Amino acid sequence: MRRWALPALVLAALVGAWQVAASSGALADLLGLEPFLVPSPAEIASALWDNRSLLAENASVTLREIVLGFAIGLAVGVGFAVLLRLSTTLRLALYPLLIASQAIPIVVFAPILVIWLGFGIGPKLAIVALVCFFPIAVATLDGLRAVDPEAIKMMRTLDASRRQALWRVEMPSALPALFSGARIAAVFAPIGAVFGEWAGADSGLGHMILLDNGQLETAREFAAAGVLVAIALALFGLLALAERRIVTWR
Amino acid sequence: MSAETGQFAAEAPSPASGAAVSVRGLTHRYGGLTAIEGLDLEAPAGAVLGIVGPSGCGKSTLLELIAGLQAPSGGAVAVERRGAAADRLARCAFMPQRDMLLPWLSALDNAALALRNRGVGRRAARERAGALFERFGLAGFERARPAELSGGMRQRVAFLRTLVAGKPVLALDEPFASLDAITRAEMQAWLAGALAADPRTVVLVSHDVEEALYLADRVAVLSARPARLVEQLSAPAPRAPDRDAAVTSAAFVAARERAMAALHRGSR
Repeated sequence: MRRWALPALVLAALVGAWQVAASSGALADLLGLEPFLVPSPAEIASALWDNRSLLAENASVTLREIVLGFAIGLAVGVGFAVLLRLSTTLRLALYPLLIASQAIPIVVFAPILVIWLGFGIGPKLAIVALVCFFPIAVATLDGLRAVDPEAIKMMRTLDASRRQALWRVEMPSALPALFSGARIAAVFAPIGAVFGEWAGADSGLGHMILLDNGQLETAREFAAAGVLVAIALALFGLLALAERRIVTWR
Repeated sequence: MSAETGQFAAEAPSPASGAAVSVRGLTHRYGGLTAIEGLDLEAPAGAVLGIVGPSGCGKSTLLELIAGLQAPSGGAVAVERRGAAADRLARCAFMPQRDMLLPWLSALDNAALALRNRGVGRRAARERAGALFERFGLAGFERARPAELSGGMRQRVAFLRTLVAGKPVLALDEPFASLDAITRAEMQAWLAGALAADPRTVVLVSHDVEEALYLADRVAVLSARPARLVEQLSAPAPRAPDRDAAVTSAAFVAARERAMAALHRGSR
């Protein structure tokens, strides 16, 4: 009850205050803007409803980029973590590069990826995957390294090979950490998709936001942003659900 | 390696040739720290060798050296006359201090781990490990997760896992240290019964003199670090069916006092 009621109450209070401030014109006056540039929640809701098919069309494009990019980031991130766990040499050689991969400003990198990979889904997937890869790889590697060394000893005396110890002991014990990383990645993924679309696209919510911004369609911009937030929340929720189904021993 | 030869060997220890576990002039160092120095020990096939010593004296290190988890800095360790660490590892099953049951596996799958590691299929491994559950008082708990089991039951599953590995030598590192006194006494009697039914060569490390004297045929008392042999004594009634009677007999009390005196000498 408190879990849902409290955030709902805070949200309702914020939206209510916004509604009053925007519809009375106080917010626009404060910002020194024309009132149509500062939409109220009610106006955003009606923009959401009026543009539902347009939003759905563009959302399906962006959702595809987010889900596929996330899946690639997850696979590469976990694979990278396992490789770095198995080889100290690789860990020493590649860990700094892993950090560097995250220091790349996506805004700068996205247009370059568009030059390399074209205007299709390719550069978007690359950016979303790049954004998701880092938290997943780092969290999984930490999880793998946090395994109880006594458990590994026990597995060795039970004739386990290195691979068996990895799959039967280290991977399961790293799963909660992996899910933590994946949840962070789920929240970053839509941001990556938007940057990818801004660098060059003909559809998608990011593309839509860019066009609406040029046409001062602020209510529809907010509506598109709301859909993006909903996608991030849904992905986050799905991951939490999956974790509860898979990590049953905690 | 029947029960008879085990007991016979315990009464008259044969020279190194017959020993399942032999430790000769063993020295082990960590950096500048000497953990074990010039240690000689021997466990005949089928016998239980108890090792007691003050805490931090290197008992667990000794067990890991025997089980092939580490290579010694000096001297020789052999299990069934094989000295290489990999050969020792292949012949020893190690039961760590904490039960180390994997929380995501059922009791049955934990017990079957060694079989699965050796490539036995899931169903066959479960069948083979499951056959022992009844005898170990675990019937009905095959599908329970470790978190659902009591401390004593977890320890039994951990021992079962060690036994199912099917190795000639068991290395037990304070197997009951985490249990309360009553459960510990019950588990000692239970282990005595389990070893009578399925004799193995056992090296048992304990900080509890009574536990070692009850379960072992011979008890080696080690000194504080660096671990050296202070005294070796024979147990008066190894694994007697009536544990309570055995540990209160005059011979047992005398042996315990001797062992305690040796411990005190070695701690100085």
